[in-house]
Amino acid sequence: MLELRNITKRFGDVLANDRVSFKVVPGTIHAIVGENGAGKSTAMRIAYGFYTPDGGEILINDQVRAIRTPHDAIALGVGMVHQHFMLVEPMTVAENIVLGAEPGSAASLDLRQAADEIRKLSDEFKLSVDPKAIIETLSVGQQQRVELLKALYRHAQLLILDEPTAVLTPQEVDEFFAILRRMREQGKTIVIITHKLSEVLAISDNVTVMRDGRVVGDLKTAATNAAELARLMVGREVLLRVEKPDAKAGASVLGVRDLSIVSRDGTKRVDGVSLEVRAGEIVGIAGVEGNGQTELIEALAGLIPSSHVSGEITFGGRDITRLDARKRKELGIAHVPEDRHRRGLLLDFSLAENTILGIHYRKPAVSGNGILLDERGIRQRAEQVIRDFDVRPPNPMLPARSLSGGNQQKLIIGREFELPPKLLLVSQPTRGVDIGAIEFIHRKIVAMRDGGCAVLLVSAELEEVTALADRLLVVHNGQIVGEVDPKVATSEDIGLMMTGGKRS
Amino acid sequence: MHFDLRVRKISDQNQRPKTKDPGSKIVMKLLREILFPLIAVIAAFIVGGIIVLIIGDSPIQTYRLLIGSAFSWPDGIGYTLFYATPLIFTGLAVAVAFRCGLLNIGAEGQLYIGAFATAWVGIKLAGTSAWILLPLCCLVAIVGGAIWGGIPGLLKARFGSHEVINTIMLNFIAVALVSYFTQYHYKVPGDPILQTTTIGPTAHIARLGKFIPGLPERIPLNVAFILAIIACAFVYVLLWKTKWGYEIRATGANPSAAEYGGISIRKQIILAMAISGGLAGMVGINEVLGYRYRYYDGFSANYGFVGIAVALLGRNHPVGVFLAAILFAILLRGGIFVDAYTVHVSKDIVDMLQGIVIVFVAAEAAFRGPIKKFGLMRRAKV
Repeated sequence: MLELRNITKRFGDVLANDRVSFKVVPGTIHAIVGENGAGKSTAMRIAYGFYTPDGGEILINDQVRAIRTPHDAIALGVGMVHQHFMLVEPMTVAENIVLGAEPGSAASLDLRQAADEIRKLSDEFKLSVDPKAIIETLSVGQQQRVELLKALYRHAQLLILDEPTAVLTPQEVDEFFAILRRMREQGKTIVIITHKLSEVLAISDNVTVMRDGRVVGDLKTAATNAAELARLMVGREVLLRVEKPDAKAGASVLGVRDLSIVSRDGTKRVDGVSLEVRAGEIVGIAGVEGNGQTELIEALAGLIPSSHVSGEITFGGRDITRLDARKRKELGIAHVPEDRHRRGLLLDFSLAENTILGIHYRKPAVSGNGILLDERGIRQRAEQVIRDFDVRPPNPMLPARSLSGGNQQKLIIGREFELPPKLLLVSQPTRGVDIGAIEFIHRKIVAMRDGGCAVLLVSAELEEVTALADRLLVVHNGQIVGEVDPKVATSEDIGLMMTGGKRS
Repeated sequence: MHFDLRVRKISDQNQRPKTKDPGSKIVMKLLREILFPLIAVIAAFIVGGIIVLIIGDSPIQTYRLLIGSAFSWPDGIGYTLFYATPLIFTGLAVAVAFRCGLLNIGAEGQLYIGAFATAWVGIKLAGTSAWILLPLCCLVAIVGGAIWGGIPGLLKARFGSHEVINTIMLNFIAVALVSYFTQYHYKVPGDPILQTTTIGPTAHIARLGKFIPGLPERIPLNVAFILAIIACAFVYVLLWKTKWGYEIRATGANPSAAEYGGISIRKQIILAMAISGGLAGMVGINEVLGYRYRYYDGFSANYGFVGIAVALLGRNHPVGVFLAAILFAILLRGGIFVDAYTVHVSKDIVDMLQGIVIVFVAAEAAFRGPIKKFGLMRRAKV
């Protein structure tokens, strides 16, 4: 179906693709894996006509084709779904799908016929998308299916999906994979770009591994395993399991009693939660996203106005329910927020400026008079965080925006871990982060625990919480529905509790 | 020993490859910052020239009048800097608010309040020693503007009402309020002009002609221009060198992240609007204490609104604001000559050029976007 031969692409002095060659067999699901920056997106953007290669050729159905623009690619039956959706929110599904290929004459738009066709496609692949629905009322999973329909409507035979699961909940991922399998049955060919190994193993037939702009492996999925893929991706042996000694839990650090949180629209997000985190232990919170974890962590960090919060939060025995975020940070509560772009970073600020967010008003960020910023102090702190947490490129003057997701995350984690804290609130620490960095972040979290820090960890990745946590709380609908020992509980057990079913 | 040094050197290079040539880096950055506004200005002049040609005058002659008249000594330069002074203040005002993510459309109202307040003190306390009265008058101009700017800040912080609407509304109120006071309470009886009585001579600030040989004192360029330069420096230090500036900029860059960093967004909004208003109020120092020595109703040639354009063209940076204010002042003064010496073109060409500059600066996003995006993709997704 699609073949790349010796594709080479250079951006300035960076060699993004170095003689990349691989072949996608028709009617299969082909995974392309690699760390962020390995060149997988570049290769597929070249195939889709987004970039023109500096060298090499693209073959579609065994014929060399010149794909200069996405238009050429679409005409040849190649469709692409981007990581960030390109949908017009206030418009309907049908209007979005026909956008750019409007049926009817120049003066009139024949949406009815298009809607029929969309419904037919939706039924054929069991996408259950209503052409008349308004985009902004749809869930993220549904919006993604609209993107798929967009490509199918343009008669795509080959679909390129760029990190399609990054935005989905575990349930949505399962549904999504079922759709992909149906598409394969109907004869479509799918290329999926990802860096999640579990997904590669779950869905693909073949897998191409890329590292540093080169293809380093071309494998049958059935004949490989996660460890081998990880080694190829990173270029060295990677520990997929977190190694940690048993926790030596000390005194109680965080106490939460009967905490309830009401959101701005009046709905109860957290409902009577009580928990305790002791020094030197990691307490994990597992649950389907949107079951109150976000609000719980934000309330503990002091980011939810106290008028919305009832119950009691104590820190080292002291009532902190009414303290603001700054006071809590001063007491030693660090917070790695779930959304690094919204909460965690000032993207247009330099790395140095980002490493003082939250401590910008005290030493070492300000000089002796307490007003002027201390550029030397800030630079030293930035260099320390960058060094200790291996942030790359190690230039404190770069804007945070220019870093990859993994490095942005390491910057935030470094900033918070070096406060240094007594309590660590960590939310989705490895979301959108590549394997090498995940391993690094996990080791740092365990090291904090071993150093006597209390850690409360929320993650949508069940594997991650079970691997890291010493005790695991399962939440559903704003309530804690149970506590399990992560060493003995199976993911089926936990999964059942997460969806509201009781453990048998 | 020799070996030791070499190792040291190599590791140094590894750790910070950036600091190789900081000088050229800064120059490059400056060029990049100046390049786009410069293109906008040049493009505006080209489009303006075509329009002048269509109207039936020579673009070259028109531009020679428009720009050339600003560089004569002493009148050209003196008047240009005098015209630039209020624009520096209002440009800074808009820039400070913008850095906090706020659009202050109310500099016009704030400067009226500041000007009237300083005149009022100058009238009421006439005869007081200059050592007391002068600083007091300056302070009152700043505080007056700061209060008028702080009100919409407070409304936004407290009730979430939008600062654009409130600043516009407060402009009307300010203009009407000071007109009323001028008309009914502080006018010289029988004076056909709507202006107050004069302020005490101890409240006058010196014209620069007093200090600069060759610059006659009839040119109203005064110490307020020096204050404007100091204000530029003040804004720069405030925004980039103090913890308060960090908080203001963080709030403007990403309020959610600022909140996460323990910064009170409400406090920053009120603070930034008050500082913004205070800067706008300083226009009153130039106008009342340095030029007319009284409050003259309706004196502002839309300084508050032109300030928005100045800030936009100056990229909300004090250095940019200063340069943009000079440019707009050149146009303001040149417009008078264009009016007098060309056949068809009137001084409205100034408004037109300002408009086109703004359009091009705004459109900059359109052609800067793809360039930036490409740069980002280069870095992030290789």
